[in-house]
Amino acid sequence: MRDLIDTYWVYFLVGQYPKGPLGGLALTLLLSALALLLALPLGLALGLARLSPWRALRWPVSALVFTVRATPLLMVVFWAYFGLPALTGYKSSQFGTMLVALVVFDGAYLAEIVRAGVQGLGRGQMEAARALGLSHLQALRHVILPQALRHMLPSLVNQFVSTIKETSLGYIIGLSEVSFIATQINTQVFTKPAQVYLWLGVSYFLLCFGLSRLAYWMQGRGERRPATASPA
Amino acid sequence: MIRFERVSKWYGSDPALVEIDETIAQGEVVVICGPSGSGKSTLLRTVNRLEPIQAGRIEIDGRDIHAPGTNVNELRSRIGFVFQQFNLFPHLTALQNCTLAPVQLGRLSRSQAIEQARALLERVGLAHKADAYPAELSGGQQQRVAIARALAQQPPLMLFDEPTSALDPEMVGEVLAVIRGLAKDGMTLICVTHEMGFAREVADRVLFMDAGRILERAPPAEFFQRPQHPRAQQFLVDIRLPLP
Repeated sequence: MRDLIDTYWVYFLVGQYPKGPLGGLALTLLLSALALLLALPLGLALGLARLSPWRALRWPVSALVFTVRATPLLMVVFWAYFGLPALTGYKSSQFGTMLVALVVFDGAYLAEIVRAGVQGLGRGQMEAARALGLSHLQALRHVILPQALRHMLPSLVNQFVSTIKETSLGYIIGLSEVSFIATQINTQVFTKPAQVYLWLGVSYFLLCFGLSRLAYWMQGRGERRPATASPA
Repeated sequence: MIRFERVSKWYGSDPALVEIDETIAQGEVVVICGPSGSGKSTLLRTVNRLEPIQAGRIEIDGRDIHAPGTNVNELRSRIGFVFQQFNLFPHLTALQNCTLAPVQLGRLSRSQAIEQARALLERVGLAHKADAYPAELSGGQQQRVAIARALAQQPPLMLFDEPTSALDPEMVGEVLAVIRGLAKDGMTLICVTHEMGFAREVADRVLFMDAGRILERAPPAEFFQRPQHPRAQQFLVDIRLPLP
């Protein structure tokens, strides 16, 4: 076990970097972080579009969300891998491909979380805001979202944790994220698969558990003031 | 000030409002009463377009407010609306509830809005609760903040949709006192309510509605003493108000 770690820990953490491209746990982290940062605003936009009073916006976005939700992520990855170059005429990197797939996939799921969070507030809050003369967007920004995002937090964290785990599917298109690297190590060592995959499992656990603890800590800090909606 | 002309509305094939004709004058205090489901809240909500109508027209100061192209946000910003369930914004303090719209609509600077909000909270007797969140207030206090929030628009017209129906009995008085004060100040006021004592005392006119129609319109003394329509007579019996 000791030998294994001593020999391979750098490879596990960063892949072939700095002699080759960045890989390993660092790449998994980078991919997860970027996917979260890009998927959240996309999910917010799609979710609000699903609730929009304008049909021209609501229908195509609903169609997109339903399509993505009825599709395994692996297939979205294939679409991105084979479809994107055909569409754009430009061969994107494995990293870029995986990022696009994750952002689109998680964006659709986050959209549903946003929609549920907003609808869970009940009609009264939107009505009260509109009755004051605020526009739909002003009402969303100042009245609806500050409350809805708070209610959504547990579901958002859930989805973020899923995103971290979903980066492992990059394996299938040869992206050298941490699962790919672990498999490489296993191939080289050959005799210690249990240890190798134990380390891989522990790494994912620490990332995911850490993120959810962080999120709840932040929520606790934000909840000093009372802000639960009165039943409408 | 407000004119309803053959206003009709249906929910599917159920009529909600049937050819409503009515005129409400500037400074008038009008109470709308009637059994539940009679369309009184619906009628009130058509005045600031929370409810669309399917036929007829509603004019405020000569302007057809349901005409396509009417700036609905501008319209609503000039009409105060108070909900049965208060609908205060729970993530904002009482003061912030009263400053949000004037600031966001560019009516007042932040400091002007705060000054105005303090004055309005004072007026509804809640100056000391300016920094409290809605969850920290009683129902009666929440409704008074909601009235202050509506007044922050400096509206010439206030609409009240059963403002005391969600309150515990001991809190009804404090809210009615605030509304009574507004009526005395000469504000145009339409109030849907079951508080017949309040109607008798404050209203210039009472409209009685049933099944989407206004069946009776009369000064309160007349309405309560000599209701003409059988449905109105029955209603007054049902709410146990003694007929003379």
